[in-house]
Amino acid sequence: MEARRNKKNEVTLKPPIASVGILGWMRKNLFSTPLNTILTLIIISLFWFSILPFLRWALIDASWLPGANCKESGGACWSVISSNYKMILFGFYPQDILWRPITAILMLITLLFISRNRNYWNSFLGYAWGISLVIIGILLKGGIFGLESVEIEKWGGIILTLLLSVFGLTAAYPLGVILALGRQSRMPMIKTFCVFYIEFIRGVPLISLLFMSSVVFPLFLPKGFAIHAVLRAQVAIIMFTAAYIAEVVRGGLQGMNKGQYEAADSLGLNYSQTMRLIILPQALKIVIPPSVSILISAFKDTSLVVIIGLYDLLKTTKTALSEPKWMGFSTEAYIFLAVIYFICCFFMSTYSRKLEKELNTGLE
Amino acid sequence: MNTEKTNDIDISSEETIIKIVDMHKWYGDFHVLKNINLSVKKKERIVVCGPSGSGKSTLIRCINRLEEHQKGQIIVDGIELTKDLKNIEKVRSEVGMVFQHFNLFPHLTILENLTLGPIWVRKTPKKEAEEIAMYYLKKVMISEQAAKFPGQLSGGQQQRVAIARSLCMKPNIMLFDEATSALDPEMVKEVLDVMISLAQEGMTMIVVTHEMGFAKSVAHRVIFMDEGEIIEENNPEDFFNHPQNDRTKTFLSQILY
Repeated sequence: MEARRNKKNEVTLKPPIASVGILGWMRKNLFSTPLNTILTLIIISLFWFSILPFLRWALIDASWLPGANCKESGGACWSVISSNYKMILFGFYPQDILWRPITAILMLITLLFISRNRNYWNSFLGYAWGISLVIIGILLKGGIFGLESVEIEKWGGIILTLLLSVFGLTAAYPLGVILALGRQSRMPMIKTFCVFYIEFIRGVPLISLLFMSSVVFPLFLPKGFAIHAVLRAQVAIIMFTAAYIAEVVRGGLQGMNKGQYEAADSLGLNYSQTMRLIILPQALKIVIPPSVSILISAFKDTSLVVIIGLYDLLKTTKTALSEPKWMGFSTEAYIFLAVIYFICCFFMSTYSRKLEKELNTGLE
Repeated sequence: MNTEKTNDIDISSEETIIKIVDMHKWYGDFHVLKNINLSVKKKERIVVCGPSGSGKSTLIRCINRLEEHQKGQIIVDGIELTKDLKNIEKVRSEVGMVFQHFNLFPHLTILENLTLGPIWVRKTPKKEAEEIAMYYLKKVMISEQAAKFPGQLSGGQQQRVAIARSLCMKPNIMLFDEATSALDPEMVKEVLDVMISLAQEGMTMIVVTHEMGFAKSVAHRVIFMDEGEIIEENNPEDFFNHPQNDRTKTFLSQILY
């Protein structure tokens, strides 16, 4: 061990070479005992025998072009994607005007990305969202400014999945917060309603809520009055997610120190100021990780709308696969689908970690 | 700590600012405060002491209605505390409170902690609120920490920020609920010094504390509580030198070693 000098010119000792760097790390984590060495070797060989053939199948032997003859090649048939991507991504949206949904989705994604950065959270961004939502609506629906009108029935694939999840999640979160506050309310009517709502919704699977929204709910509407299936599914998703968010937020509220309420009270802040300025900013920060888990699972649950006949990403993929030419290539299509879902979910979870880091102010 | 009298303000001609008449409070069936009668004059400084569980914290928390009393009257600055929320918020904005555990808002900077009350309760413009905040931060000698978060400060500094936060509301009365009990010993003095300088400026103060040196040098009146009752009240000199009640004598013999 050799001595060296640090910034303050004090003599310090270097750590033994074998405990630092890649070698040190491997020795400590992979080969520390005979058992660990054996386990490491077994896992490496498993990788060798599974990952390599997969890569060979997915990349080297694969056929990519729409016209390729998949039946003859031994690898993955990505042609199923390149031939059907319009169907998978956009459902039955008229294929000659796909620029409209593409523009709409790009606008939505751009806005989401800008909104990631909290420095841009100002009234201007609020207006941008408002205007963009109107433009997105016009682009998708058409019917004015000489744009061809497209019925909501024809919206499908990623359009539907994104709409259901982005609006479902953004509406469910504030609703969940309100329910959580209501559950803590001292007013018995409000409290009872919130408890009943949360317990009822949590006791029912999303599928049955979706069925109720599509089968039972229309029975209660006056004759000749119809609410579109997409909207009904949207409402069901919002109601369902909000109940779960409410319970998570309640956990955060209960974790708050009583002293925070007292300090706010002693300054003379009223209830809504106390909640908005003191309690919620802290409580919501505590519950970022579980909230994001709920949002991620709600995002994936949007695929359940297939059962009420909506063509979300999963359903359009199945539709594309039902063509005889593509029978037997479902693996490739589902891998493609999984990648899309993974990207979205991964985006959400990295964002949550980023938020947590930003909001960390070194609490006591 | 210095036990000399701080420059004494004559309060004999001042008017009453807090009046508590026949006040009782229960937690469920437990009778925490029994028949409390107390009136406090403007600029008066009262130290409340007593064994733990005697109800002294509960008493001062009743004064800004952090606790609700069930019987009797509490009148603060001409406003009686009832269920009326408007009155309660009015009283709270006139009465500053400092807690044992500081209770700063950890998600806000020091400056934001101080400007919150003036901006939202007093509707002071932000710029003016920040000037007021910086004035009081200088006064408690931590203006250089304004941009930091509470978690980055020592206990003594946090408590001084908490005092400054209350002062920003320009209160007529300050309540101190064991403000130095949670501090490391070497930080007690810096907080007491701030409290003493407040006293010298003529702030009306009710202080729950175990710092008997502070009581001797600063208080106009010392109140001894036990089992929810005011057992004895007197000026500090007589209170410490000639306690009347046996329970007071026992208590004093236990804490003055």
